[in-house]
Amino acid sequence: MNLPLYRPDPASATRYLFFTGKGGVGKTSLSCATALKLTDAGKRVLLVSTDPASNLDEVLETTLTNQPTAVPGTPGLHALNINPVAAAEAYRERVIGPMRGLLPEAALRSMEEQLSGSCTVEIAAFDEFSGLIGNPDTTQAYVHIIFDTAPTGHTLRLMSLAKAWDQFLDQNTSGTSCLGPLAGLAKQRAIYEGTVKTLADASATTLVLVSRPQLAALHEAERTSGELRALGVGNQQLVINGMFATNCPADVISHAMQERGLAALAATQDFINGLPSFIVPLKPINILGLGGLRVLLGDDAAAGCTPKRFGDWTPPAMESLASLVADIERLGSGVIMTMGKGGVGKTTVAAAIAVMLARRGHAVHLSTTDPAAHVAQTLAGQVEGLTLSRIDPAAETAAYTAEVMRAQSSQLDAAGRALLEEDLRSPCTEEIAVFRAFAREVGKGTDRFVVLDTAPTGHTLLLLDASEAYNRELQRQTRSTQPEAVMRLLERLRDPAFTRILLVTLPEATPVHEAAALQEDLRRAHIQPFAWVINQSLLHSGSCDPLLQCREESEHRYLREVVEQLSSRTAWLPWQTQEPVGPEALGQLAASSFSTESHP
Amino acid sequence: MCCSTGLCGTEIDPALVSFAALLTQLSQQGVKVERYNLGQQPMAFIQNPAVKALLDTEGVAALPLLFVDGEVRLKGRYPTEGERETLSRAAAGGKVGVSS
Repeated sequence: MNLPLYRPDPASATRYLFFTGKGGVGKTSLSCATALKLTDAGKRVLLVSTDPASNLDEVLETTLTNQPTAVPGTPGLHALNINPVAAAEAYRERVIGPMRGLLPEAALRSMEEQLSGSCTVEIAAFDEFSGLIGNPDTTQAYVHIIFDTAPTGHTLRLMSLAKAWDQFLDQNTSGTSCLGPLAGLAKQRAIYEGTVKTLADASATTLVLVSRPQLAALHEAERTSGELRALGVGNQQLVINGMFATNCPADVISHAMQERGLAALAATQDFINGLPSFIVPLKPINILGLGGLRVLLGDDAAAGCTPKRFGDWTPPAMESLASLVADIERLGSGVIMTMGKGGVGKTTVAAAIAVMLARRGHAVHLSTTDPAAHVAQTLAGQVEGLTLSRIDPAAETAAYTAEVMRAQSSQLDAAGRALLEEDLRSPCTEEIAVFRAFAREVGKGTDRFVVLDTAPTGHTLLLLDASEAYNRELQRQTRSTQPEAVMRLLERLRDPAFTRILLVTLPEATPVHEAAALQEDLRRAHIQPFAWVINQSLLHSGSCDPLLQCREESEHRYLREVVEQLSSRTAWLPWQTQEPVGPEALGQLAASSFSTESHP
Repeated sequence: MCCSTGLCGTEIDPALVSFAALLTQLSQQGVKVERYNLGQQPMAFIQNPAVKALLDTEGVAALPLLFVDGEVRLKGRYPTEGERETLSRAAAGGKVGVSS
C-alpha cells in the first residue's frame, strides 16, 4: 500500500477540522502541526481541545484557559481548552454569583448542589463546544477552527449530543428540561441546530481520523468513521501516524515493528482504501514544543537525533507485573483499575493481570468503563475462572430506564408514567446510567477480583467528579433507596485495601505527565494509586536501527522521572514483537521480568 | 434536580413525578402554571416578596412552595394523592405557582 504523506493544504482546508481517534495516536500533535501549517500560510487559526485531560498546554508550551489565548511566537494562532469541570464551575458562578447577598446562604448552597453532578458538567462543556460551531459570532476572528478531541468514546458522545438535545427539545411536551425551562432555550436550540448542520456540511467540516499502524487503533478509526457518518459527518480522511520502515532489517525488534505495522494496514485495507488516506512517518523524538511540531510534518526523517552508544547507563530499579500481582492477590478480592492516557496499554495491562489472577485460581471479573473499549479482542479467548463484560452506554441506559419505570410505575398514574418516560429519554439519563454501572462493577469486588480497564484520563476524571458529587448529595439525605454499590462507591475507591489503582504509561513525556496530573487529581479525591506500570519500553532492545536507538535513549529520563519522583512502586513491561493478544501472550507479558544485571 | 421529574437527582420521588404530571395536565386545561427552579431561575425567588420572606425566615426547608391564586397552599413538600385532587379542583380556571 503506497499512501501519500499527510500535508495539509491551506488552499483547500475547510473552516472546521476535527482530529479524532484512539488515545495516543497523535491527535494533539497532528492538530497542532496542521494549525502551524495554516498559520504559516497567513491564516488565523483557533485551536480547541475538547479533552478533559488536554495536553495542548504541554505541546504548545503555553498556559491555556477556556478563552482564546495567543500562542507566543506564532502570530495568528490562538488556543483554548474546554474543560468540563471548569466549564461547570464557570456556569455555576454565572448563575449563583449575582445572587450572593440577595438569597440566604442555605439557598445559595442548595443552588450549588443542584448545579453539581454529571448532567451539569456535561451540558456546560457541550454548550461551550456547540457555541464555537453553532454560533458564528464567537469565532468570526478566525479562518479555521481546529478541534483536538478527546479519545473516541468521549468524542462520539460530544458530537452526538447536538442532535440528541435538538431532538429531545423538539419532542418535549412538559416545558422543562435538564437545560432549564424550554421557553428560555430558543437561543440554545438555534445553536444546536446550527451545530448539527455545520458538522454535516462537507464544505465546512473535515473529520480527520488519526490512527497508528496498529490493529486496535485502525479498527477504532473504522468504527468511529461509521458512527460519525451515521450522524451525518461525511467529509472524512484518515491519517496513519508513526509509519516505521527499518534501516536495519537484520534486527529482530525493528523488523518486527515494521512488519506489525504493515500487517495492520493489510488487515484493514478496505477501510483505508475507502477514504482519502495519508501517512506520517515515525520520528526519532517525541513531539514537544513548536520546533517539534514543525519536524512532524517536515521532510527530515532523522531530525533531532544522532544515536549514541549508551551501554553504561544503569536503569532505576523496577519490578515485574507478576510481582505486583503477587502482592495484590494476598487480599483475596478487590478492585484493580488501570488508568492513564489513551494508547498506553491500559486494556492490555488489565487483561494480563486478569489472566494471571485467574490462572492462580482466583475468581476474576474483567470489565471496562471505556465506551470504545476492546477488552474482548485483547483477551481473545477463554480462561477458566475469568468472566468478561463491558459498560455499554446504550445497554445501560435501556436497563436503567426499564428499572426506573418498573420501580415507579405502581406509584404513578398514566400521566405521571408518561412524563417520567419522556424525561428518561433526555440525554442526561445516559450519564446517570453509566455512573451507576460503574458503581455496580466496583461493588462486585467484594467477593472476587474485579479488574477494571478505564477509559482515557479525561473520561475517568469526570467519573471521579460525578462520584464525589453523588456522595455529597447522598450525605445530605436521611434515607436513600440507592443501591448499596452507589452508596459505598467513593468509600471503596478510597480504601487502599479494596481498590488498587495502577497508573499505566509509556516512557514518554506526555503520557508520564498526564499520569502524574491524574495522580494529583486522585490524591485530591483521597485516592492513593498503588503502583505505576511502564509499558512498551524499548530499554535493552539492542536494536541496531538508529531511529529506535534514539527512541530508546529518549526513554531514560522518563524511566528515571517515574521511578525516582512519581511512584512508590513501578512495574516494567518491554515492547512486544507480537501484539499481546490472547491468554498465552498476555500471560507471557505479565511474567516478563526486568533485571538491571542483564544489560547486553 | 434538573429535570421536571427530578430524574437527575440521586432519588426519584414519585410524589414529584405525579405532581409534575398534574402541572402538565392543569396547564392543558387552561390553568396558568408557573414553575420556578432555584438552580435555574433564582431571580424569581428574589422578585416574589412572599417567597423571599419565607426563604429568609425558614430557609430552603420551605421549598417546594405551592401557590394557588397567590395564596400559599403547600410548603416544604409535594402534594399527596388526595391533595392533588383537591388542588386540581381549587386551581380550575385560576393560576398555580411553584417554587422548588
